[in-house]
This record gives sequence, C-alpha cells and structure tokens, in this order.
Amino acid sequence: MTTQQAAPASAGTEQEAWIGRRLPRVEDDRLLRGNGRYADDLGLPGTLELAFLRSPHAHARITSLGTEAAARLPGVHAIWTGEDTAALPPLLNRAELAVPAGLQEALDPLVRALPMPLLAGEKVTFVGQPVALVAADSRYLAEDALELIDVEYEPLDVVVDPEAALRPDSPRVEESWDDNVALALDTTVGDPQAAFAEAACVVEEEFRAHRYVASPIEPRGITAAPGGYDGRLTVWSSHQTPHRVRDTVAGTLGLDPEQVRVIATDVGGGFGQKGVLYVEDLLVPFAAHRSGRPVSWREDRNENLTGTAHAREQTHRISLAADAEGRLLGLRDEILVNFGATTITGLVVPYNSLCHLLGPYRVPHVHIDVKAVLTNTTYTAPYRGAGRPEAVFAMERAMDRLAAKLGIEPAELRARNLIPPEAMPYRTGLVDRAGNPQEYDSGDFPELLRRAVDRIDVPAVRERQRAGEREGHRVGVGFAVYLEATGLGPFESARVQLRRNGRVGLYLGTPSQGQGHRTSMAQIAADALGVPPSVVDVVGGDTDAVPFGVGTIASRALVTAGNATHRAGRLLREKILNSASARLGTPADELTVVDGVVLPLKSADEGAGSEAPEGLPLAALVNSPMTVPDGLGADLSETAHFRPPGFTFAAGAHAVVVDVDTRTGEVEIERYVVVHDAGRIVNPMIAEAQVTGGVAQGIGGALYEEMAYGPDGQPVTTTYMDYLLPTSSEIPDLELDETHTHSTLNDLGVKGLGEGGAIAPQAVISNAVEDALRPYGAVVRRGPLTPHRVRALIRESAGERGEAERPAVPTA
Amino acid sequence: MTDTTEARPDPLPSAAPPLSEPSSWHELHLTVNGRPIRAQVESRLLLSDFLRARLSLTGTHVGCEHGVCGACTVLVDGEPVRSCLTLAVACEGASLRTVESLADEEGQLTDVQRAFHEQHAMQCGFCTAGFVMSCTAMVEAPERPAEDEVADQLSGHLCRCTGYRNIRAAVEQVLDDRYGKAGEEK
Repeated sequence: MTTQQAAPASAGTEQEAWIGRRLPRVEDDRLLRGNGRYADDLGLPGTLELAFLRSPHAHARITSLGTEAAARLPGVHAIWTGEDTAALPPLLNRAELAVPAGLQEALDPLVRALPMPLLAGEKVTFVGQPVALVAADSRYLAEDALELIDVEYEPLDVVVDPEAALRPDSPRVEESWDDNVALALDTTVGDPQAAFAEAACVVEEEFRAHRYVASPIEPRGITAAPGGYDGRLTVWSSHQTPHRVRDTVAGTLGLDPEQVRVIATDVGGGFGQKGVLYVEDLLVPFAAHRSGRPVSWREDRNENLTGTAHAREQTHRISLAADAEGRLLGLRDEILVNFGATTITGLVVPYNSLCHLLGPYRVPHVHIDVKAVLTNTTYTAPYRGAGRPEAVFAMERAMDRLAAKLGIEPAELRARNLIPPEAMPYRTGLVDRAGNPQEYDSGDFPELLRRAVDRIDVPAVRERQRAGEREGHRVGVGFAVYLEATGLGPFESARVQLRRNGRVGLYLGTPSQGQGHRTSMAQIAADALGVPPSVVDVVGGDTDAVPFGVGTIASRALVTAGNATHRAGRLLREKILNSASARLGTPADELTVVDGVVLPLKSADEGAGSEAPEGLPLAALVNSPMTVPDGLGADLSETAHFRPPGFTFAAGAHAVVVDVDTRTGEVEIERYVVVHDAGRIVNPMIAEAQVTGGVAQGIGGALYEEMAYGPDGQPVTTTYMDYLLPTSSEIPDLELDETHTHSTLNDLGVKGLGEGGAIAPQAVISNAVEDALRPYGAVVRRGPLTPHRVRALIRESAGERGEAERPAVPTA
Repeated sequence: MTDTTEARPDPLPSAAPPLSEPSSWHELHLTVNGRPIRAQVESRLLLSDFLRARLSLTGTHVGCEHGVCGACTVLVDGEPVRSCLTLAVACEGASLRTVESLADEEGQLTDVQRAFHEQHAMQCGFCTAGFVMSCTAMVEAPERPAEDEVADQLSGHLCRCTGYRNIRAAVEQVLDDRYGKAGEEK
C-alpha cells in the first residue's frame, strides 16, 4: 500500500477512528433473516397489481387497439392505452439530455432529444415497448387481460444495425427526423493529421463493443399509493435517483413536487439500469393517481431483458500513431453508438467513451468523432462503466495491436506511454463531461502497471508459450490500464440529526442498491461527529428526509454524499460543542466529543484513565433543548451539500493469464490480477467487494453475455436460458492489490469505485486471448469470446494467413 | 396482493373466490416453517407467489421466474426447490422451510447465515436467501459434500453483486466448522 499524499486536513479531527476499518455491515442482519423490504414486498392492503402489454414488433404502426374484452374480465379494474396518456408530457430525461454550457461552446454538438410517449401512440419502435397497462386484483389476472387486448399492427421496415441506420435509404425510427442520427460531435487536440503523417508506425483497427445488460437479480419494482392521511402520492421505488423520480412524477401528473414522496426501498442491485427514468417509473404512479388505489408493478425477467435499458453497443474505428519506440503521437477514433429506439440519456454514454478513451496515456494529437444513431432495438443507457468499458476495449486492444506491430511487450509499450505522477494534475486537452477542461487530479498509473506486471511474471508466461502447453491448449497474457472520472456533480445533500435517544440520523440523497451505505456512510459520520458508527442510522433516498438529491449513479455516492456527510457532521459537531458549552459553562474550544460524550479536551487527552471522565452524553444534550442558547436552535441537526469542483480520477491496472482450449474454444482464466486506486478507502471490505463484483460483471461481458437481435429486430436472448450470466464456476478468485492516491478535490480524499472493476475485463481478457492465439494471427475485434466465437476466430484467421504459415486448426 | 383466501387453518371460505378464471381452486394443506397451513389456492398459483403474497413470507425472492437464478429457492421436505417453478398445489402435505425459519427462537442466526455476514458474501441481499437455503440443505448432509458437489450447488444460483468469491468463502467456513477442514474430516 502506498499513500502518495497524506490525507487532507480533516478540519481539526482528533481521531480518525472509523474510516479505513473493515467494519462488518449493519445491513446484513435484516437481509439474512428475510426481513428486507424490496419494492414488491410491501403488501399494502387493497393493492392492484399491474402488467404491461408490450410490443412484439420492432417497428410497426398500431392500426387498432381494442380493450373491451380485457376490461370485462373479472378482477380487472382499469386498462390504459396510449390514448389515455397522450395528454401527459412524454418522458424526457432532462438531466441527462442537458448539454453543459462549456461543452456546447467548445464542441457545438448535435444532440437531439426524442421524447418517449408513456404508452405507445401510433407507432411502436422496439420489441418490449409498453403499449397498454392493466390494473387488476392480481398479476395473474392482469396478465390474463393482456391476452385479451386486441392490437393490430402493421409492420414497418426495421433497422437493427447502426451502420445500416446511417445509410440514406435506411428506415427511419423517428419519422419526423430526416435521418437516424441522434448525436454527432467531434473534437480535436493538437494536429493529428501531421502526427499521423510523420509517425513511424500506424495501426488502424475496428473494434466492436457488443451489447450486454446490467441484469440486477432483482428486476425493477415500484409500488405507489395515493391519498393517505396527508393526501400525497407515495412511491416506493427501486430507483437509484429518487429525487429525480419525485420531480418527474410530479411534473407528469401535474402535481407539486411536495405532493409526491419517493422512498427508496431495499434494492436488489442497480448497476445503472435503475438509474435512468423510464416510462414505467411514471406510469405506475399514474395508475395509482388515476385509480385512487395502491398499485404495484414488479418487472419480470423477460421485461427486464427487453423493455429496460441495454448497454455497451459501440463500434470504434481507431488508429494509433507512434514513433519507432512506441511513444504515442496521435489517436483517431470514429465511434458509432447504437442508441436503440430513443435518445434516453443523450450524451452520457457516448461522451463518457470519448473522454475516457485516452485513459492513462499521454497522447498529444487527437481526433475523435462520435455519432449515435437510432435503431429499432431497446434503448441503451448507462450500465456500470457507462461508455468506459467500450472505450477501454478499443484503446487497449489498439495498444496491443501497436505492440504487436512494433514487436514490443504490451506491458512495456504501456509503460512508455503512461502519464507520470509528477505530471499531475494533468490536462488532456479534451473537454470533460461537465464542460470544463479535462484534468486528472491525481494518480500514479506507472505504479499500478508495475505492480500488475510484477505479480504476473510475464517472462514465465512467455516461457510457457515457447515450451508449449498440453495438447490443444495455449496460454496468453494480457494487460489493460484504465481511468475513471468519478464523483459526478452537480451536488449531493446530507442531513445529520442528533435524536432524542442519543442516536444520530443520517439522511442522504443517495439510496443504496447493495453498496453498504448504512455501514460506510455511518463510518464517515462517526469520525466527523465523534460517535461510534453503531449509533448512526443511515437513510438513503427518502425525498421527505432531504429535499434535494441526485442519487447513486456514476460512482458518485461516496465522493458526493460521503463528503456532504463529512461536512454536515463537522457542522453538527460544532453546534453540539456550542450547545454543550452553554450548558457546562466551558468554552466550546475546550470541549470535544468522544464516543458520543462531550468531554473537556483535557480529560479526553488523558485517554482511557481509570476514572470515568465527567461528560455530557449527547442524549442529555438533545433532551434539554431549553438550555440551548438563543440563535443556536433547539434542533441539533445540520444539512450540508457537497458540490464537487471537478471529477476525481480513480484508476486501475488489470492483468490476466488465460488458457485457451483451441479445440473447444473455451477460455479459462488462470489468473486475474487487479491493482486499483480509489483514493482513501472508507471500508476496505466493502471496497474490495465492489471491485470484485465489477470485475465479475466484466468477465460476464467478455466471455458469456450478449444481448443479441435477429435481423427482424427480435431480441433473441430474452431469458436467462439464452442470456448467460456467469455463475460461481466461471468467476475465479481475483488477486487484488491497491494503491491509495488521495483525491485532491474533496476533504475526505476519496474517489468513486463502484464502476471501476467493470471497466477493464473485456479489454484485458481479449488481449490475453489474442496473445494466446498469436500463432494463428487472430485479432480479437469483438466479444463475447464464447467457445463458438473463439473457434470461428481461429478458423478465420488461419484462413486469412494462408495455408503455408498457419498452424493446423485443431479439432475437438 | 389482494386475494380472498385465508392462509390460516380457519374455516374455508364458503364460495370459491371470484378470481379463479381460468383455473380451478384446490384446498391445500401443508406445513410452512413449522406452522400448519390450510388455504384455497388456484391450480396455477406458483409456490413463490403463495409464500410471498398469501403468507407474506417475502424473504423468498423472485429473480427470473424460469428457474435459472435460484433466488426463490426454498426447502420442500428438506430438498432445495425453485419455488418459481413449483405450483403451490404440488406441495400438498409437504413441509416447507423458507429463510424466515432459520434463526432460532432467540433470534440467533444459523452458522450459514453468520458465515454470509462474516465473509461479506452478500451485497444487495436479493439472491442471498436462495444461496442460504441451498447451503442449509447441503450442510444438513451427514458427510462433507465433495468439492464438485459444492461447486455444482453454488452454480445453481446467480449473484450479480459479489463476484462469488466471498460466497465460496462463506460456504467453506461453514463446511470447515461442521465437518472439519477438507481432507482432514473427523
């Protein structure tokens, strides 16, 4: 473990007792007993259950829609169609679609926003699009009713492939547009043309990041109840951004935001998929509002795989220019993003790809062109990594192609191009996602790579390759280094309240989807306040508890809500000391809080003496509000906001050794090494598990998972029988190492780490597989590297190289 | 979650509830977590929905409804069963255990539950009940299950959060505690 910088001064904290500890999670007990309360577990009396009729066509006009027979079914209470929702404002993810001023000014991007009707109107544009909504006494009856809804479709021409969507004669997904281009921008740094002209070595490749999905084990769930004693609409949601849900639901239904309360339930994993507003997030509250009854919708797996955001699909035509020693001179990339049927999150994913493409490397001359197109497929949106895994796949594959062309070890080529720590803060010349000049705040990338290389022992792998493996097997080694801009703004809020029982309530805008905030955020509050974390009760994502919030997305909760917690905690501590000072007659600056007790500084310094020190327990303080002097307020609570001044950069290096069975095409991961840096770590146990979980999802994408479409726009992997998630048998034990380059952009020195693990796996595994298949001249251009695809790769590349040079294609 | 059936061994409703279309109704007797239950159920009612909606045992979770993810696993006469693929009527006379039954009367968690906590073998907790129930069945065997049996059992469950490493560690911990370390049994 290295610490390049000391922790920034934490405003006079005497002890940093809790941050950094492997505190066991307080969440677990409830969940282990089966006492979790997920969105479908509420069982409100009189609840109607909802089911959606979804389009079976990728592109079709709705010519008639009859609900009479369905409405007559006993137990059916209401059926709504596009006609009923036509008067409501369509869905628009305003926060995501907004173009920051700096970005607008610098790049003048084309960003088209396509509002999505809540229920399909005249047309459907992807399989899975909601067409009608049924409320019935049970889901069984609601689904019976779906069968009786009579819809006639007139199929239209379909476009699935993003390249095809660019052609002038392509079917248009949105008829009012003159083409399918939803986003276009390009950016230039330096003089890439000259750089390529004078380069000793240029590689040019096309890499395709395939479509795969977040697939939390709990699909989405929403329960909504109107009325109640206060006449408000309450929504219990598995969403990652409850405040955005509140504001958008209110806007849709014509309510004041104060009339809507959104409460984040226990959530069974989100990974970004639950962080985007979908039409269902508005339609379920709409059904409660209209019917006057509590309603509940639990997405089933088929709906989750078809009707909820997919991710990742991008093509990169990437070129690297380098001098003879492999020093990068320039990069060119043409990125084509498949948005699917609508522009649900606009710039977010494509721009993330753009501004993570250069990663940890110094690249002086750059041209990146990004286009995104509509197709008749499910819309794509952020999923753990959100554009970064795609960019890293392209860049790190290109680096390996360059290394191969120059005859340099891939790790060595990377080492020659990494930005050194002395260069921090480092400006890339690009504009970041917030519209500011992109600046890496801190990091020691060479150290990350050095550690990964040391652990792997490349010469040993090369020796094995020379000596040959058992029959039909080949080993390969791969590396990938990546960065992640974490801590997305604009702000997050935290309210800390000392309660009458002496416990501390910590209320955050950020709900948890399994990340363990009730434990880690309590650790932060504990240090800020001088109380043990066991007395801190964390509530994330109840819009009544904090009026403003953004949510848990984009590796931001720890950075934003964590620092807001720290600030609110320090403010409350000051308030506590002032109140105690008035009560005890001791100056506030001679008091401190230790373990939930206000003590004179002197006795605290004496430490654990034999005598119990005279102290004022916090509970006594809050229970005697009359002693609080005027102006301090009897309410011992504080709210603080944290507005990150910029992105703080986490980083990592992954290295793997794979064994490829060339007869079956099976890829086995022999070793998987991760060296990551997320600044200061609040709870190492939780942090390691976040990284591990992210890597497992990346391995899934690299080797197994693909959301595939037929040419007719029918998704073909719509169950877990067809869409393969890795199980315990497929995920090896990782070898984890870490460095801690503290962030310079926040008091806690923390960086986000939720997504990091998922960013590099596809790149690093593809690099290793290509390394293993080098004798065949194989180039890995897309994934997932299923046995079928690996076999095809061997056959095709052997064919490309001609009879004389190729090794015999092995047979099973 | 509305239905007119009673999940208690009370007198049966005089008429079949009105929501039976298109299936028929059955009187079902079974034991759930040691409690005798008599209920009217539609023939098509899934065991997962019976447990969750009728008995309010929401600790059993439904992740895929087609028997792959394993989140809905409960024990039927001691055997792990996918409750999303089992009809409630098929459990006539059976004895069921769900995650809610594991802690003892004093509220003490079982060694399997404790191991999942101690090894941080859970994040969102949604798949956890399934893993825990499968492991509970596994460690009730008189002898330590072989390594490949354990691997096989675990691969019947999907977890999207943990990357499985800590789940394997938790299971290992329970097996070692119950049977002694692998290779040095007894």
